[in-house]
Amino acid sequence: MRAVKKITGLVLPMDRPNIDTDAIIPKQFLKAIERKGMGAGLFFDWRLRPDGSPNPDFIMNQPRYKDATILLARANFGIGSSREHAVWALDDYGFRAVIAPSFGDIFHNNAYKNGFLPVVLTPAEVDQLFQAAAQAPLHLTIDLETQTVSDGAEWKAHFEIEPQTKRCLLEGLDDIALTLQLNDRIRAYEAAHPIPYPAV
Amino acid sequence: MAAQTLFEKVWNNHVVYQEPGKPALLYIDLHLVHEVTSPQAFENLRNNGRKVRVRGRTFATLDHNIPTTDHRLPIVEPNSALQVKTLRQNCADFDVPLFDLGSPNQGIVHVIGPELGLTQPGMTVICGDSHTSTHGAMGALAFGVGTSEVEHVLATQCLWQEKPQTMEIRVDGRLGRGVSAKDLILAIIGKIGTGGGIGHAIEYRGSAIAALSMDERMTVCNMSIEAGARAGMISPDHTTIEYVRGRPYAPQGEAFERAAAQWLALATDGGARFDRSVVLDAAQIAPQVTWGTNPGMVTEVTGRVPDPSTIADPAQRDAVMRALAYMGLDAGMPITEIKLDRVFIGSCTNSRLRDLQAAARIVNGRKVAAHVHAMVVPGSTRVKVEAEKLGLDQIFKAAGFEWRDSGCSMCLGMNPDILQPRERCASTSNRNFEGRQGKDGRTHLVGPEMAAAAAIAGHFVDVRNWA
Repeated sequence: MRAVKKITGLVLPMDRPNIDTDAIIPKQFLKAIERKGMGAGLFFDWRLRPDGSPNPDFIMNQPRYKDATILLARANFGIGSSREHAVWALDDYGFRAVIAPSFGDIFHNNAYKNGFLPVVLTPAEVDQLFQAAAQAPLHLTIDLETQTVSDGAEWKAHFEIEPQTKRCLLEGLDDIALTLQLNDRIRAYEAAHPIPYPAV
Repeated sequence: MAAQTLFEKVWNNHVVYQEPGKPALLYIDLHLVHEVTSPQAFENLRNNGRKVRVRGRTFATLDHNIPTTDHRLPIVEPNSALQVKTLRQNCADFDVPLFDLGSPNQGIVHVIGPELGLTQPGMTVICGDSHTSTHGAMGALAFGVGTSEVEHVLATQCLWQEKPQTMEIRVDGRLGRGVSAKDLILAIIGKIGTGGGIGHAIEYRGSAIAALSMDERMTVCNMSIEAGARAGMISPDHTTIEYVRGRPYAPQGEAFERAAAQWLALATDGGARFDRSVVLDAAQIAPQVTWGTNPGMVTEVTGRVPDPSTIADPAQRDAVMRALAYMGLDAGMPITEIKLDRVFIGSCTNSRLRDLQAAARIVNGRKVAAHVHAMVVPGSTRVKVEAEKLGLDQIFKAAGFEWRDSGCSMCLGMNPDILQPRERCASTSNRNFEGRQGKDGRTHLVGPEMAAAAAIAGHFVDVRNWA
């Protein structure tokens, strides 16, 4: 997994709650057998008009957000389908983190597995960021080590992350290899819990 | 020992390793695999020289992208054909049993797991699909994961998990005549919202839940994820035991009786406490219809589409306005005046035998409205065979429904069954998200009886007047 320590970048404010993974990447992009190239499908139905041209009303198409790497959204970001393609698409498009008041559980886990940060801030903090982003281009730094989000000036917020997940992200660890270090324990569990099915 | 919930018992039984205050390494008893979320997982295994750790705990089937017109025909769409071919190759290379097209065991993962007896009470079950929560109806701890975790389970048969909070949803009383399990879960989501269950494992309890058949319990647990919950469970009881008895992969004879006693002991103890509790009265629940673009945007069939001008909160008002614009609905219009183009009866939520029987009772002797295109897609090949033995296919076909082979079909439109832009569909599936059933398609989620009645009338009707 890609290691991640600090993400500094321009914020794209997408002021909507309940952005589901079907919206993040629609079904037709799930027919791939590889992970790469998913950015082409990111917010496909919102980003592009039926003739394939960019929808000028969609915020992601505004030139000033071209280099954005941090997505700001409202509650329940990434709810719905388990498709990890949603994370792959955001990442491939150039994003490295999403800040929101809450996330769908499966999206949240999927993000970590790809070195992509889902940062939970309070609704009030997210509100402050939306207000700041409406006034001027907002650049933020997400520092995983100190678990802080800051604007380089006065504004700073703390976020929570489970310590083991944090370590995996900071060190870019292969979590399968990590788990297999516990192989003796897994074997012992398996010895006591045989497969409950007839042989197939 | 302190009183425990079903969730706590199943969780504790599966902890392989845990440091205090850290996530647990949980053993996964059953892993179900399908063609869409697995290719990249197998590819990584291959690239890293890893194997599938355990033979006999992983089972694969084809369901998401396959055409349901006729399983015997070749798959025309090249990307779908490639995913199907890839799964076949991966199952061969990694020695995973596959319930392929043509197998009597083929079907939607969340239909075949319980139906074959693969899913058993007290198990941990995962699948690269969010509706894995369905299996919780068996008293299993079951949840959806992404492709990286699919790979992790293939390689290790384990998963790191932070322990979720527990939530009790207690429903007492009796559901009214013509009110289904789908109406119950939609009413629950309407009450707690699409994020109401985030970070929680739900247990559905109370006399209304105990009275449900297993097929109905699966409908309820299936949509736990639509409330944001990690999992949804129901304590095993005699209904559960009798459902499992005799299924092909279930223990047989003496072994079954021993297992059954252990399964019943998993039920939540009297006095066990939950982190949160929500209470509903079954008798107050009416047939439900979603009007918006997430499952929490739902109301009673006797109700009206909301009027944004009466909503004080600006964010909520914007969300409703946006949903109504997408759905092409007028503020304040009665639900029963919503006219339909399509009706879809199927999906892992409502494609089991009981669902098809309930719909067929409404349809019997009637005709689908002339302007409606209606289809029934059984959840599994076994469900299809059983339904045909009962003559349900004849009832549907005589009324003008298409009768299909099994698969996910128009629930997510990965196969050719999709809505055209602005087509309006009454669907027994689980998601009314924008574009879910086809770009600019308009989905209204309902139960099978409501969908059947809507197909006949051509618009939503209160099925209680027909039942």
